[in-house]
Amino acid sequence: MKLPGVSEFSWRDVATEARLLLIGIPVFLWTMIPIYHMFLFAISPKEDAFSGKLWPDHPTLHNFEIVFKQQHYFLRDFYVQFWNSTVIAVSVGVLTLFIATAAAFSISRLKVPGGRTVLNLALFTYFIPAAFLAVPMYRTMGNYGLLNNHWSLILAMVTIASPYAIWVLKQASDKLPVELDEAAVMDGATTLQIFRLVYLPLMMPSLVAIGTYAVLLAWNEYLYAFLLLSNDREITLPVALGNFLAADDSPWELLMTTGFIYALPPAAVYYAFRRYMVGGLTAGAVKS
Amino acid sequence: MAITLSGDQAIPGPPLSSRLTPAQVWGIVLLAPYLLVFLAFVVYPVCYGLWLARAPANYVALYNDPIFARAAVNTLIFLVIGINIKMLIALFLSGFFAQQRTWIKWLSVIFILPWAVPSIPTILSVRFMLNPEWGMINHLIFSFTGDDGPNWLNDPTVALSMAIAVHIWKSLPFWTLILITGRLAISHDLFEAAEVDGASWWQKFRYITWPSMQTLYVTCTLLSMIWTLGDFNSVYLLTGGGPADLTHVLSTLGIRYLRLDQLSLAMASIVCAMPFVLPLVYFMMKRLSR
Repeated sequence: MKLPGVSEFSWRDVATEARLLLIGIPVFLWTMIPIYHMFLFAISPKEDAFSGKLWPDHPTLHNFEIVFKQQHYFLRDFYVQFWNSTVIAVSVGVLTLFIATAAAFSISRLKVPGGRTVLNLALFTYFIPAAFLAVPMYRTMGNYGLLNNHWSLILAMVTIASPYAIWVLKQASDKLPVELDEAAVMDGATTLQIFRLVYLPLMMPSLVAIGTYAVLLAWNEYLYAFLLLSNDREITLPVALGNFLAADDSPWELLMTTGFIYALPPAAVYYAFRRYMVGGLTAGAVKS
Repeated sequence: MAITLSGDQAIPGPPLSSRLTPAQVWGIVLLAPYLLVFLAFVVYPVCYGLWLARAPANYVALYNDPIFARAAVNTLIFLVIGINIKMLIALFLSGFFAQQRTWIKWLSVIFILPWAVPSIPTILSVRFMLNPEWGMINHLIFSFTGDDGPNWLNDPTVALSMAIAVHIWKSLPFWTLILITGRLAISHDLFEAAEVDGASWWQKFRYITWPSMQTLYVTCTLLSMIWTLGDFNSVYLLTGGGPADLTHVLSTLGIRYLRLDQLSLAMASIVCAMPFVLPLVYFMMKRLSR
């Protein structure tokens, strides 16, 4: 704006835009290729899928029909497995919310003795790599007699999800003014009434974020699911997807179709709650 | 060991109860569900696992197992090279996505997809793309050059690099998002002042962006390293540890021992990683619990 003429100025704009595109296009391709490849398989007949074409000669929804009608050996329990995934994800979400909200309220608002220590322990658990805890967890669930039972996966996922949930909810509830609790106590509210009528409504945005986090974590989990559940009618969808690889001539077009169906709900949930997720989770994930 | 010690402190003893206010009693009641979960599914498994791994013979067996040494080296490569490449790209892209353009806003919505979708189907999708006979990549190589493409997952170095690439594909959006938040927190006045003084792109980065972001960047790098130690999917679903068990990392190796019914070896391999993990965890806890 300082001195150059109009034309020179816009040339600089074009150059900047071109440079941005030079970054943007590879980023777009890098992000989309594996997802597009999955989609491509889902709409391709087997011959087209295996011929490496960028677009099938005869796009079809036949694969979806096979999956929804369970017309393949690997898919005979599709609905049961989908249901298992749903029940487990929702249970983990509800239980995590319950446990973490109670703990965060207790630590942050009631200042329970030892609360700080519990928070540090939770944080410590959060940093143990989940794959390391999986080994002793597997044996423990065996000792408790829970192997091949949905409760084993639900409890394991609650264990993994709640440290972060407690930590984020504790940070959020520290920001609520103390005066609110004091005013409620003056009005003769009991602790439970404060929890239910003052605390929960104010925490709603963080609760939505944490609930979503826990549900997605459980829905997406592969390692624990495949260790803890093995019976075909007990396993979740990701384990069923992994089992496709057991055969030499795996029906990859059906695997990708099922995978595509499996990936849709979490993506939809993520985008629906993105407003909450981005604010609530990234702020909590790393405090600079 | 540290866990059991502090676990005991966390539970207030019975003598205290007479001096507690009703609010504090409620506090303990509300904290109890998490404590129960923690005791039953963290303290007990960890202690039990350590007890299983107590015999020195396990460590001798690990020392003599070439797969273990290979997995340890692979893990180091994954962490030191893989994570640093990922974080540098994330730092660079955070600058790109901080640009105010409508199409960049839309691209950022798409960019988050790998993070939003489950890793199993996408990793398997990449696995098939890399298939030497039927995969899309080798088909493209053939149609452009007329030569057969490489057998991607059959060479340990290439296979491990591909596992790192899959890991980067999956988690790059998350770290970019966090670094964008850090970048947007920098006061705009600083950049305007630098613009007036005619600072170059590099000078703006060197003297404004980097000083404000370096703490966040280092924290993110360390956190990502800790979490990547637990990244089982990228390696297991892409290479399965193969060819010839040469691409295992510690997390897949532990599960491999477990499946071979060598639980004490599995635990011992995890215990061996602890001298590296615990200092990182300690450092992160110091940072986050201020």
